Amino acid sequence: MTRAGGWLLVAGALTLPLWLQSPYHVHVAIMAGIFGVLAMSLNLLLGYTGQLSLGHAAFFGIGAYTSALVTLKLEWSFWPALAVAVGLAGVAGFFIGRLALKLRGAYFVLVTISFAGVISLVSVNWIELTNGPLGLPGVPAPVFGPWSLRTKTAYYYLVLAAAALSYAVCRRIVRSRIGRALVALRENEALAESIGVDVTHYLVLAAVVSAAMAGLGGSLYAHYTRFVSPEVFLFTYTVTMVIMVVAGGKGTLAGPLVGAVLFTVLPEALRAAASWQWQMLAYGVLLVALVFFLPRGIVPRLSAAIGVRR
Amino acid sequence: MTALERVSFEVRPGSITSVIGPNGAGKTTAFNAITGYLRPTGGRITYDGAALTGLRPSAIARRGIVRTFQKTSVFPALSVEDNVLTGLHLRGTAGFLAVLAGRRRLAAEERSLAAEAGDIVEFVGLTHRRREAASGLPYGEQRLVELAVALAARPRVLLLDEPGAGMTGAEKVVVSGLIRRVREQGVTVLLVEHDMRMVMGISDTVIVLNGGRVIAEGAPAAIQAHPEVIRAYLGASAGTP
Repeated sequence: MTRAGGWLLVAGALTLPLWLQSPYHVHVAIMAGIFGVLAMSLNLLLGYTGQLSLGHAAFFGIGAYTSALVTLKLEWSFWPALAVAVGLAGVAGFFIGRLALKLRGAYFVLVTISFAGVISLVSVNWIELTNGPLGLPGVPAPVFGPWSLRTKTAYYYLVLAAAALSYAVCRRIVRSRIGRALVALRENEALAESIGVDVTHYLVLAAVVSAAMAGLGGSLYAHYTRFVSPEVFLFTYTVTMVIMVVAGGKGTLAGPLVGAVLFTVLPEALRAAASWQWQMLAYGVLLVALVFFLPRGIVPRLSAAIGVRR
Repeated sequence: MTALERVSFEVRPGSITSVIGPNGAGKTTAFNAITGYLRPTGGRITYDGAALTGLRPSAIARRGIVRTFQKTSVFPALSVEDNVLTGLHLRGTAGFLAVLAGRRRLAAEERSLAAEAGDIVEFVGLTHRRREAASGLPYGEQRLVELAVALAARPRVLLLDEPGAGMTGAEKVVVSGLIRRVREQGVTVLLVEHDMRMVMGISDTVIVLNGGRVIAEGAPAAIQAHPEVIRAYLGASAGTP
């Protein structure tokens, strides 16, 4: 992306609430931001190391529940709760990463799905802790110094900051020898090992960072909707993340963000434009068309068109 | 199945040693055992007096023993330059926290790695291709990329598995020249190769494997005259030049 275009985007993102008239639009922007964080997190695994985690909603859910429980039961404030959520999701990522070493490809996919299934069952059945299917209402809104981030506009900036931070983390990793090691594992694992890339170290590292970032998304979600239920573990969330990453362009920095914005805004726009049945049909057709015409994703196609590397 | 049995050979530091033998003689198996891709059921592999047996490939690479593969093995989607830059993995020092902190020292390291990658690409003569994806290159040039990636890992011992396979005669001459220059930089080279002209042209020592055993070892001229070698190649398991 050209420098001017980049600054224009930043300016647009910073002033967005001024352009958007209704709180509903700000809500869509917030959800796009949260999904942006989640998609970037999945992209680190799927796009760079080439491992497909179909249980990514588990890390999202762990983040959401941890943050909610820490603020509700321990009555900690938002910021330490956020840190705990990110940390705990990272720990879960560590164990999944260790597993990934023994299992690759389809087996890894199955393990991640089962992991999400198990965590989801825990959230439903450990009623003393999680309140079961009823969920946890009354998750407090974050407070930043003297200000409560209760309004949508304020929360938008919190999410924007989180997305920017996640983007910066991904960018630093990707453009370093760590990122090159991850890509090496995706491209040719045997060759990667032959030049000294420690598979264990880098797969686990990618899984931890990815899971922690998904935990951040979960925490932001919990304190935004102010309510957490086992719904956060729904497979739909994972599928949505995968669609965002693949459609946007996996293995690119901007791809997941583009995908997240597109696939958050699009269903909402369709909702306004058509009846329920047509929405789903249009969504499906668009998805098939995207995969068919832009198999590598939107961002790689665009950067090829304007002749920019990466 | 036993691919290798009681094979024992030594490689002199700073030499070019070739391992030859008919198909199925155990050449690649020996390579895989040395570089950690196969765990030997018995025996020892040592380098500089230290045991390598049982170490993982990346740990062996860290000790300066780097290999190439029989089937072309590059990072296909990456450009030639990025292939080599990736090969410089062990030359970089930045850890996770340093990367996140993004210190100025990091940028300096990235610049010096990029420069080093450029030098290596130039060494194998692919500067004109440096921005092209490795997968799009003709076969012979992909093999050069592979060599460049291995060299980027700064080997002290370089194991080349059929570096000339699938190359034209002219390309083989280029590769032989490169291997000699690598040796001149103090790198010990061990190679498996089927092309006898290439083997006899560049090797200091030739080791002949047959049926999982070493049947001869010596200078190229002595090997060419060795009766058992002639028998192995022209006798029962004839069919491979």
